[in-house]
Amino acid sequence: MTSQVDDLMKSGGMELDVVPVTGELNVGPQHPGSGHMRIFVKLNGDIIEDAEIDPGYVHRAVEKLSENRNYIHLIPLVERPAILDSVNMNLGYILAVEKILNVDVPERAQYLRSFAAEISRIASHLYGMGILAIFIGHSTGFMWGFGDREVWVQILEALTGARVTNSYVIPGGVRRDLTPTIVDMTKKAITYMRKKMKDWERIFLNNPNIKARLQDVGVMTREEAIEWGAAGPNLRGSGVYYDARKAEPYGAYSKLDFEIPVYKEGDSYARTLVRFEEIEQSLRILEQVIKDIPEGQILSDRFFKQIPPTRLKKWWEGQKRVVMPGYYASFRPPKGEAISRVEAGRGELVYYVVSDGSAKPYRLRMITPSYRSIYVMKNLLKGARYADLVSIYGSLDYFPPEADR
Amino acid sequence: MSQKPIEVVVKTLQEKKIPIKAEGDTRGSIEVDKTKLVETAKVLREVGFDHVKAVTGIDFPDQSKFQVIYHVSSFDLELSRVILALKTWTSYKDPVVPSLINVWGSVWTGERETYEMLGITFEGNPDMRRLFLPEDFEGVYPLRKSFKIRTEGLFVDKSS
Repeated sequence: MTSQVDDLMKSGGMELDVVPVTGELNVGPQHPGSGHMRIFVKLNGDIIEDAEIDPGYVHRAVEKLSENRNYIHLIPLVERPAILDSVNMNLGYILAVEKILNVDVPERAQYLRSFAAEISRIASHLYGMGILAIFIGHSTGFMWGFGDREVWVQILEALTGARVTNSYVIPGGVRRDLTPTIVDMTKKAITYMRKKMKDWERIFLNNPNIKARLQDVGVMTREEAIEWGAAGPNLRGSGVYYDARKAEPYGAYSKLDFEIPVYKEGDSYARTLVRFEEIEQSLRILEQVIKDIPEGQILSDRFFKQIPPTRLKKWWEGQKRVVMPGYYASFRPPKGEAISRVEAGRGELVYYVVSDGSAKPYRLRMITPSYRSIYVMKNLLKGARYADLVSIYGSLDYFPPEADR
Repeated sequence: MSQKPIEVVVKTLQEKKIPIKAEGDTRGSIEVDKTKLVETAKVLREVGFDHVKAVTGIDFPDQSKFQVIYHVSSFDLELSRVILALKTWTSYKDPVVPSLINVWGSVWTGERETYEMLGITFEGNPDMRRLFLPEDFEGVYPLRKSFKIRTEGLFVDKSS
């Protein structure tokens, strides 16, 4: 009797005893833990021996459709895959088109692009944290995430006129100008978010249950992260200092002062912390943009001159809105190719556009951060406990439509 | 004015006899025959390019061949500003390209998608299966130019 108790106490009564039962399990495509995706897991006891990721349930062939649309008609299409981060999706595509067209963008428009992109990033991170919270059974985190997100979505709505698919960035500039009301809203939102971040920290990040579910789960070393091609917060949670905003500044990022949070642990908790701290950095950027934004045009002169004077009077002088010049209808960029990268909410987003001189792109390649997470997830799931599948999935901030495109 | 990041890369690669062309301050392209693809990739890896951002296949029906492009970059602070395009060609008759999965693990998703969308086989990649398309998908490979999308007209006839 005593020896049995002694044996148990050595491991604190928590010894891992794998029952040698193997089995196969389909997670999804309608499982709450898989979104629109199927994960086919091979189990041994409750250890995942192998995981087969089967995306494609929300595939809509953006790359093929792009061969049949004019450049300007593609803007709403490319931002569909990640509607909750649409400004960044939009911006990346326009940067590639601008490289082919060789357009200069006015300073004010650059600041406005960064402004919209950062709001989008905050909203995207809150969405990601909310989804992670509900995956591991923390309903308050889910409701707070979606509730706080609403504040930022309303600013985007005031700025661009649309709630989710904003289509805000156009070649040569942006569509609408900042108004004093929006500046006021943003200032209030920043104060609100700062206050709310402390609550988040108390109820979510320092919560012992959350820590138990996330710490030391899905550990990815620095070398593994590089080898598997992780992107964004997943990469920075593994100790790689890389951010497309610093590597190749676009928008006004070269003039803005911000830091990149990096964690060495590489577990699910570190990835969550990176996202949490990026919100704080985004708030800093928004403050700087409001303070430093220069006066001037919001559309490149080359296109602005083509807007008819009557329309200019009605829309630009009245409501500070840009009316699409006729040039946009079916412009033919010169032959060439361009590759652009932006740091979207989930990580690095790459667009590769090949133009053959016609009004439609010859080939558009779109590499989204979630697409790169497929291989990362497949490798991370191997050897994990089955109960940790949702923690790993949620901490990668994987968004199925974005991966499928 | 410091040196442009691409110039350093061009200098190191030219010493190793790799035909590199600079395009702009931070972009470069290398065009090699597909038999030399793997050894070029290995040299790039040694220089410090540690991951592949995108694997793209482009169909050129008028020349009956495909172009395969690997966009290579690095997470190193200086090198991360450069993106190199490693280009190679393969014909319709023999749509096979050696896989780079042993050089960069991150090509896994890209090669698999290029296979299902264009029908280019990557020799040496153990996962040449469909990723996004349904299992019972029939017809030509969707990203080839011969695959036509059925389009609807802008104007729909009024029903009487």
